[in-house]
Amino acid sequence: MTLAPFGRRLLRVTKNERLGAYNMIWVADPDGPDPEPGQFYMLAAEREWGGDDGRPYLPRAFSYARATESALAFLLEAIGPGTGRLARLERDDGVWVTGPLGIGFTEPECGRPLLVGGGIGAAPLLCWRDALGPATATLLGFRSAQHAEAARYFQGAQVATDDGSVGRHGFVTELLREELDRDSEATIYACGPPPMLEAVRALAAEREVPAQLAMESGMACGFGACMGCVVQTKSGYARLCVDGPVVHADQLESAWVPGAPH
Amino acid sequence: MDSRAGIRLTSSELAFGAVLNGSGTFDPIAAHRTFGDELLDNFPFDAFVSKTITLEPRAGNPPPRLWETPSGLINSIGLPNKGLDGFLEHDFPFLADLPAPLIVSVMGFDHDQLVRLVSAVAERDEVEAIELNFSCPNVETGLIMGADPGEIAAAMEVLRPLTDKALIAKLTPTAHDQAAVARAAEGAGADALALINTLPGMALDPVTGEPWLGAGRGGQSGPAVRAVALNQVSEVAQATPLPIVGMGGIASGRDAADFLRAGATCVAVGTESFRDPAAGIRIRTELVALVETDGPDRRVGATPSGDLRRD
Repeated sequence: MTLAPFGRRLLRVTKNERLGAYNMIWVADPDGPDPEPGQFYMLAAEREWGGDDGRPYLPRAFSYARATESALAFLLEAIGPGTGRLARLERDDGVWVTGPLGIGFTEPECGRPLLVGGGIGAAPLLCWRDALGPATATLLGFRSAQHAEAARYFQGAQVATDDGSVGRHGFVTELLREELDRDSEATIYACGPPPMLEAVRALAAEREVPAQLAMESGMACGFGACMGCVVQTKSGYARLCVDGPVVHADQLESAWVPGAPH
Repeated sequence: MDSRAGIRLTSSELAFGAVLNGSGTFDPIAAHRTFGDELLDNFPFDAFVSKTITLEPRAGNPPPRLWETPSGLINSIGLPNKGLDGFLEHDFPFLADLPAPLIVSVMGFDHDQLVRLVSAVAERDEVEAIELNFSCPNVETGLIMGADPGEIAAAMEVLRPLTDKALIAKLTPTAHDQAAVARAAEGAGADALALINTLPGMALDPVTGEPWLGAGRGGQSGPAVRAVALNQVSEVAQATPLPIVGMGGIASGRDAADFLRAGATCVAVGTESFRDPAAGIRIRTELVALVETDGPDRRVGATPSGDLRRD
């Protein structure tokens, strides 16, 4: 894992790209360390962080979606005061950034890598695909065609939508089941909402396929201080920020995380 | 009150204006894994207060454990820790080696537990002081130890003879008469007081209307509690000459200066460290700059600004 510089850094937005229901926020970080796919950052807007009712207050955790020599990209969906503020960022706006944080993906334990993303969970799979190569099998599920615009960044990916407006009508886990039927020699890398991750975990366990799950849980600090982001593992509570966010599926009885981020 | 003494440590003293962490708001072991040796080269606190240790290991509360509020945070972490033996074996060697004096925070649910905790911790030379987290019920009486003058005096009278190390009583913000509790702690031999702890708080799931936090309730922290904390520090400072570690929503040097003006000797940073791991350094720097700007006429400048410098 890549160590983070100590303390938060003030970076500048270079681009806010609209991707259907999502925003891809590009931030210049020429002096930052090279992150490893699956690692994340804590982000807060420099200004107007604290809106009408004093929220957002805490920074928000995001896996980076893509890193270049000089910039980081974050995929987000405006669902609350924090993501809503970040989605309104404009070029040259300041962003407080802490990271890279946490432990990311590791090389396939066996077989081919198989990427499975749900919604905004596509984010960490993009940089992992950048590292593994563009031919990496990728399955993405979205709510609708509007959300599926994020698939633009994943050339050749199979897409499923809940409403059938693009790609397969159904869940991405159905695509996963078919992929494993076809060739079960694979290591699964998945990120998405808890019900999807739990379905992936259960399927991986049933087929005895290793799976690495990039998980999410409400988080205040991102570096092990607040003890708030714990998930239940077979060996007790683990802090997702420092023991994850990528967790090996065989460490879990369930990938269900109570409480959605807000 | 301008001449309020610093906080006595075993091998040094926490001078006026020192910046500490609030117990349980910074984990140097995890932070070192995240930030590497840069953390130790620029350690953000003048003394480090450990997470509260209990006699037996605790897993902590079920998630969700956090809820963001206007200008703050409710947590229901539930004091997860490895227990006394696990702490001494696994965490203590790293914490004892930090580039800052170590204050160990302990909580016991009866006097016997407290005696065992304080005795074991006091044996370690590297421990510079002991914080007594009194925000829990005495299971023998059902009363919150830090909320009742009789309870806190009874506990302090049992613990005081056990060690010469400084005992810092962490008060409970829900005490009916905070000044009386503070005087009782002073009368029974406390060396210093720390306040405030988090305030009881609750959040409801916006969809189901059920309590959001896994434990049902939690503790509010952050700037949302700052005015309450400042008032309690002021009340306690007027009630006792003991040195005070003031905390509650401190997010800037100006906030820290307010707590010192209200009567605190030192300040502690908690929730702000979640927003910026290096917040302690920034607050310290801002505080020193304020002292230099405001000059000796102001309360913060009552001691030479050199005392506030990190050498």
